[in-house]
Amino acid sequence: MNDMINLSRRGFIKNTALVAGGLVVAFSIPQAKRFMGVANAAEALTLPAPNAFLRIGKDDSITVMLAHSEMGQGIWTTLPMLIADELDADWSKIKVEHAPAAPSYVHTAYGIQITGGSSTTWSEFERYRQAGALTRALLLQAAAKQWKVPVEGLRTENGYVINGTQKLSYGQLVETASQLETPKNVTLKKPEQWKYIGKPTKRLDSADKINGTAKFGQDVQFDGLKIAMVARAPVFGTKLKSYDDSATRKIPGVIKVVQVPTGAAVIAENYWAAKQGREALKLVWDEAAHERPDTAQLLKQYQALAQKPGTQAAKAGDIASASKKATQTVSAEYVLPFLSHAPMEPLNCAVKISGDGCEIWTGTQMQTTDQASAAKILGLKPEQVKIHTQFLGGGFGRRANPRADFVSEAVEVAKAANMPVKTVWSREDDIKGGFYRPMFLHRASIALDKQGKPLAWQHTLVGQSIIKGTPFEGVMIKDGIDATSVEGIADSPYVKGTANHQVHLHSVQSDIPVLWWRSVGHSHSGFVMESLIDELAHAAKQDPLAYRRQLLKDHPRHLAALNLAADKASWGKPLPAGVFRGIAVHESFGSYVAQVAEVSVKEGEVKVHRVVVAIDCGLAVNPDGVQAQMESSVAYALGAALTSEISFKDGNVAQSNFHDYQVLRMKDMPRVEVHIVKSNEKMGGVGEPGVPPLAPAVANAVFAATGKRIRRLPIGDQLA
Amino acid sequence: MKLNINGKETELKVSDDMPILWAIRDVAGLTGTKFGCGMAMCGACTVHLDGQAIRSCVTPVSAAVGKKITTIEAMQEDKVGKAVQTAWQKIDVVQCGYCQSGQIMSATSLLRQNPKPNDADIDAAMSGNICRCGTYQRIRAAIHEAAEKLA
Repeated sequence: MNDMINLSRRGFIKNTALVAGGLVVAFSIPQAKRFMGVANAAEALTLPAPNAFLRIGKDDSITVMLAHSEMGQGIWTTLPMLIADELDADWSKIKVEHAPAAPSYVHTAYGIQITGGSSTTWSEFERYRQAGALTRALLLQAAAKQWKVPVEGLRTENGYVINGTQKLSYGQLVETASQLETPKNVTLKKPEQWKYIGKPTKRLDSADKINGTAKFGQDVQFDGLKIAMVARAPVFGTKLKSYDDSATRKIPGVIKVVQVPTGAAVIAENYWAAKQGREALKLVWDEAAHERPDTAQLLKQYQALAQKPGTQAAKAGDIASASKKATQTVSAEYVLPFLSHAPMEPLNCAVKISGDGCEIWTGTQMQTTDQASAAKILGLKPEQVKIHTQFLGGGFGRRANPRADFVSEAVEVAKAANMPVKTVWSREDDIKGGFYRPMFLHRASIALDKQGKPLAWQHTLVGQSIIKGTPFEGVMIKDGIDATSVEGIADSPYVKGTANHQVHLHSVQSDIPVLWWRSVGHSHSGFVMESLIDELAHAAKQDPLAYRRQLLKDHPRHLAALNLAADKASWGKPLPAGVFRGIAVHESFGSYVAQVAEVSVKEGEVKVHRVVVAIDCGLAVNPDGVQAQMESSVAYALGAALTSEISFKDGNVAQSNFHDYQVLRMKDMPRVEVHIVKSNEKMGGVGEPGVPPLAPAVANAVFAATGKRIRRLPIGDQLA
Repeated sequence: MKLNINGKETELKVSDDMPILWAIRDVAGLTGTKFGCGMAMCGACTVHLDGQAIRSCVTPVSAAVGKKITTIEAMQEDKVGKAVQTAWQKIDVVQCGYCQSGQIMSATSLLRQNPKPNDADIDAAMSGNICRCGTYQRIRAAIHEAAEKLA
């Protein structure tokens, strides 16, 4: 999703507005100009209306409205920190709410309301501080008016405006302030004046999340709301031909069964009745002559494609003639499976349709497309669809679907049932329900010179496009290349640093629904690239760290992360018997992350003891939040590296729940140490960039331990 | 059916085979206990039945008759539960938070049985509770912290 950044200047905003059912997204984006060099954004800086982002109550409460969704990444705390610093707020008075779906809250760079691409903090760094600063200026003016003194002599501190020995709380000034005009200019504080930004800050959502009161989409209940479960096609792309619900309707608690585009929905008083009712349905799917994907077949297809030229994603020099000068050539094939996001909270969405509108309660990462899709289904205008964003019980990309799958379906069910419903997915529905990280195959052939440096790099990728067929296709696929398929390869410093290189892509067509999974294309490309570099270092008979340092000598941010991780992990120093190190470094979403994994292999079982992480994300607004996201990324990526896989057998998804779609558990959690590079460079993200380096760091350590190169994930029983 | 939930006798109109999870969430309206997998694989639904941690998604209400169900909503009144919650906040464990009710119920049960668990004890007791945000390292630290405060 990082690539949206560049695409925004090619009209992403305009096009999105078009596809989103006529929704006009007009918003000045000064930040985008600063971070992305957006052309023509040079008009006068439009300051955000502070009321959209914060409200001050007469009781001195300060309510911060989040334009993005809290899904664990910690913005419930980080965005208020930005406001609190500029506002001189009393931190104990801060409350937080998710903003409604509205044009005021569109992403400053992407032009739609979205939480993704590890972009919330950097994209809001100006806007939220401005909102705080504007409000502070208003409160100062209000105090000056109330006291009838010049504003210049006043100051603010911890929720008060102060004039010598007199003081007025912000709450006492609200009424006067509301009658004043918002200032045109505002000066932001200098870093040395920051009280919150850059300091480790505890989460504001912690208390509610440990006593059971935090409300997730799953927890939405109100009078008249019924529970719905949808029986969906077992083979992707097939349609419901007919169904018999006579047994279902006899189950106590079942209200009715309705057909919707995705299948048959059982409406019931509670989940248990809906589940039993769904099990009792007799369903006939139109599966005749339909594609029935099979992982073994897909692998053969991908392997055959990788031998042929695809669509060119990058090219420089002349591979053929450069290869003739090579001392040796390293060729390898890497395969990564489909992956399910499997957030802890199964998908759900509550919908209430009334005469002139619709209300939706759900945890979503993409309000604008959800709103537009719901409006289209109901023949409403987007602004007639109200979205109440709840806490997300994990997102990882699954709740940011340009096709708005789970929201559209819930709207269809509520419409067909003619009553308020909450659709609830079972875990099996989630694991079998698609929108996976696409399976990818990489084939690379790298010619090395006498010193072991790459002379020529040929790289072919095969996999499904995430963007194709979505509303984003027009702007995110350029010259036949979905940038999210080749990110981390076509733009890799190693590939671009090789004078002769060529990157080709085969975008495979399939009915298997695919989507961005935490770190998107980097989730496969980071593994392949950093494993390949290790292969090259080995072929060149060089230390993996020294080899990387040499290739990355003109990439200071890569180097800073790499050197910090290596230093903190005591690279090169002895380890306990049987423990081996692996290293990797990868840039994604504007941040640079290096990891050193300490691993032992015993009877074919990989045990990761410790992972040392170093990140350069520019300014770390909440260092403790950065640390938490690195710990989280290690756990998420390690489960995938060791055990997770979605596979297909005769058209059906072979996995169904956590017993066969295995994710990381406590017993396999390594000790994680996080070090943040002191950096004044451009801010990057932190939710995703910790994921890509983990699998290669572990696999490279496995190679050090066993001499076996891991070229397929998950590692599973490959070492048995 | 009469169930004792958090010390209160509660009359619920539910079938015998309904899992405790859905009786307390959908019928009694206590939503702090979470649904994660429906087959005792993830621990999000953990509650205490007569003080023992159980997976409420696979335990029918019939098994709770005459016993005491305790959920996350009552942990503040529990000495061990309260210490666990306090430690959770001190270490800032939570991320998305969805699994944390179950984690806290499992950790509380562990500390009642073993007031001074080591890492291996914690791993053994807590590996049935999945956290997709990967807060495991902080959970370990918070359990040690709670154990220390309770000692």
